[in-house]
Amino acid sequence: MVLKTLDVLGPLHGYGIARRIEQISGDLLAVNQGTLYPVLLKLEQEGVIASEWGASENNRRARFYRLTREGRKQLQVETLDWQQTAAMIQRFFAAKAEDLS
Amino acid sequence: MKSPKCPRWMQRFFARLSSFATRRAQDDRLEEEIEEHIALQTAENLRAGLAPVEARRQAILKFGAVEAMKEDYRAERGLLFFENFLRDLRFALRMLRKSPGFTIVAIATLAMAIGANAVVFSVLNALILHPLHIPQAESFYAIQHGNEPSSHQSYPDYLDLRDRNRTFDDIAAYDAAQVGLDTGENPSRVWIILASANYFDVLRLQPFLGRFFHASDERGPNSAPYIVLSYAYWHTHFQDDRGVVGRVVQVNKHPFTILGVAPPGFNGTLVFFNPGFFVPLVDQEQVEGVNDLDARGHRFIFMTMGHLKPGITPAQATADLNSIGSYLEKTYPKDDDQRTFALARPSLYGDYLGKPVRAFMTGLMLLSALILLAACANLGSLFGARAADRSREVALRLALGASRSRILRQLFTEALLLSLLGGALGLWGSFVLLGALSNWQPFSRWPIQLPVNPDANVYGVALLLALASGFLFGAVPMRQVLHTNPYEIIKGAPRSVVRGRITIREVALVVQIAICALLVTSSIVAVRGLLRSLHTDFGFDPNNSVLADTDLSMSGYSDDRALQMQKRMVDTMATIPGVQSVGLIDWAPLVSGGGIDSMVFTDAATDFRSANAAAASFMFGISPEYFQAARTTLLAGRTFTWHDDQNSPRVAVINQEFARRLFSSPANALGGYFKRPDGTRLQVVGIVENGKYHSLTEDPQPAMFLPFLQSPSTQTYLVLRSDRDPAQLAAAVRGAMRILDPSLPVYMGPWNQELATTLFASRIAAITLGVMGAIGAMLSITGIFGLAAYSVSKRLRELGIRMALGAQRKEVLQAALGRALKLLAVGSAAGLLLGILASRVLASVVYQATPRDPVVLTGVVAAMLVLGIVATWIPARRALSIDPAILMRED
Repeated sequence: MVLKTLDVLGPLHGYGIARRIEQISGDLLAVNQGTLYPVLLKLEQEGVIASEWGASENNRRARFYRLTREGRKQLQVETLDWQQTAAMIQRFFAAKAEDLS
Repeated sequence: MKSPKCPRWMQRFFARLSSFATRRAQDDRLEEEIEEHIALQTAENLRAGLAPVEARRQAILKFGAVEAMKEDYRAERGLLFFENFLRDLRFALRMLRKSPGFTIVAIATLAMAIGANAVVFSVLNALILHPLHIPQAESFYAIQHGNEPSSHQSYPDYLDLRDRNRTFDDIAAYDAAQVGLDTGENPSRVWIILASANYFDVLRLQPFLGRFFHASDERGPNSAPYIVLSYAYWHTHFQDDRGVVGRVVQVNKHPFTILGVAPPGFNGTLVFFNPGFFVPLVDQEQVEGVNDLDARGHRFIFMTMGHLKPGITPAQATADLNSIGSYLEKTYPKDDDQRTFALARPSLYGDYLGKPVRAFMTGLMLLSALILLAACANLGSLFGARAADRSREVALRLALGASRSRILRQLFTEALLLSLLGGALGLWGSFVLLGALSNWQPFSRWPIQLPVNPDANVYGVALLLALASGFLFGAVPMRQVLHTNPYEIIKGAPRSVVRGRITIREVALVVQIAICALLVTSSIVAVRGLLRSLHTDFGFDPNNSVLADTDLSMSGYSDDRALQMQKRMVDTMATIPGVQSVGLIDWAPLVSGGGIDSMVFTDAATDFRSANAAAASFMFGISPEYFQAARTTLLAGRTFTWHDDQNSPRVAVINQEFARRLFSSPANALGGYFKRPDGTRLQVVGIVENGKYHSLTEDPQPAMFLPFLQSPSTQTYLVLRSDRDPAQLAAAVRGAMRILDPSLPVYMGPWNQELATTLFASRIAAITLGVMGAIGAMLSITGIFGLAAYSVSKRLRELGIRMALGAQRKEVLQAALGRALKLLAVGSAAGLLLGILASRVLASVVYQATPRDPVVLTGVVAAMLVLGIVATWIPARRALSIDPAILMRED
């Protein structure tokens, strides 16, 4: 989700990412926003996102995260993976008894 | 998906590693991000119309638990395990620094126990596990006699074994000898190996320099005047000069060509014997002055050995050799009887030394392992006592949410830190000790050295032992921690004190103390015996006399020329100012270690087989003045004169024991006759007192003294009796010798110092017992310390109450330490008793070892007392320093 958000919106700071995820999920995923930061760190250490200091909307120093090239690749792979999985599950739900006989 | 996974994991690890290094800066970064996040959220909430304070509160609520998140963040970021480990380590160091007594005792004990193991293991490694540095050492065997652990063979028998066997690749033979080497400068005596020409090929060695001699080089006696230097001798005596190959040097006045240098690390096949060089066996006559190459009955070859053919088992080889043996028995019944064979390892002189050394080292290894185990048990109980002291701390940490595994990890960190420190110290100590041992030459006359320098195996074993012992004694308080109930402890639940029951721990402690007392007793007995043996009756007086010894064959003397030279030497030495008397003997008793044993027969004997001999007697060739110079008392008859020579009847002076064995009494002996194995008939003209000839602990041995004019030998010891300073006298003697013959290599030293060889066994026994006693004492100290500390900390409150109620210091100490001291007393008494019994065993090594000696008894009691005081000092001080007021307030 983080990757997709960054892919769509470009570089964003932590708060922005949290807000965005909340909005898109329709506030269904209202977890503690703090838990986002360890995830960001993990992704950064894996090299799929990078971060640097920049100025936020209200002109404060903020850390902006952006997708790296490897991150983009990773996103593609995972998107594909997810689509396959989703499609499969979809088929399971769609399947009716008579289809199998 | 699979391929990028592994590098990503690695990438993450390195990222963590780098962020671990910069963790301060990263903490700031997180701080800042959180600040920013909350500021933005607050702004958002403000826009939504909340009051400023409420807006910020909501923002923080939404963010969630900051500390927990930080903890997660850190866990994601750095190397959590490693960070915790560092924290534990720092904590452990702090804890150890807070109780220096415990730390010192623990480290010292572990250092001793691990050091002892490292030393014993490296000796085991050097002597038994990896003694020979030759290719395929596992199939390399020495051939020894089937009925006794000896490997001597005659040269013709060796040739038969070599040529008739079907199970060995090839068989080599060697003997050790001493020669005079003259390279143009200082003539010196060198121990060498006389080796069959195939020696190096049988060993499958390649020369370091030049070439070796081969079977093709020998064509009968004295046909191969070649020498191969050992690497060490080349290094020390030829200064690594690569130009030595091809040089001609004088060996016993015969020209020999240096062929090459043996590879480094190869010092012949006996681990402890370091020869200077190797000479073909066929040159025996030039080197030793005699030619035994055709004498089937003369077993002068020290050892024969070779590689088994591939696929041949030792049993097959033995059977093969025995079939040759029975052939030899049948073909040469006069010289070869009972020719059976067995295989053994060559490095420790077959089973002669190999068996006892192996048994001894295995025993020692077991013992040192036991010592380590006992040390761990003691430290474990000490550790347990500390854990009990810290049960409040542990309970508090548990109550605050620390996991039990986290607390255990902390304890183990502490234990491992101690054991590694102890192990490092012990290894360092053993390194120093082994270095000294490797360079140690116990006998100045023999090139005997033990190459026991530690190798990688030893370091590995030491590290393993340190880790194992750390886990072992760290595990002792584990149950205590796992069963800690924080609620109960913080509430201050009364701890039940079980009294009067004897625990296994206490029994083990008593055993340890008893063993310690036993060792202390034995070492004091050994030292006393050693001191006493220096003032014993040797049958001669080693004080105020200097020995000068040389071998005339090394300068090419033989027969008549040697005799004349010996006469001149005696005459010349007698003219040195301050010399009261000069005697000559071919083997000085108690010095040369060897001495010649000869069978003697009664006058009636006609069959001179060894089974018919009346006795085996030491045999010495002496000059007429020897008894006077050595201060040996002549009891009856006369000593020799210069007229007892080749032209007069054979005579002998015998000692009392000889007289008793052959003539049943000295009175019968005087004027009587006896025979030597070659049938010569000797008349007894004098009787002297008994003496010690080979070792100090020997029973009275028969000895005969023959006039050296009738029993010539090139081996010459001059005994000079004088009150002058030995060093000055030695210089004068050397000067006189140089005038007589400058090419003659001479050894010199005060006789009493030359006895060192004889005292070697008792000295080693005293040192070994002393070291073991020290280790035992260390163990007992930790044991008692542990027990006392534990009982004090368990009963701290009880003692406090007693003090508050007015108990005296004495009573407090009694209550706190009574049990530990009682155990000490019981253990010491048992150990002393055992020590008295064990001294009988000791008597075989140490001269006149007896524990019925007030010095021994008081010594042991004093030692154990000191030990008890040292061990209980810290707990006693702690018990006395209890302040009831503080104690009561605490609970």
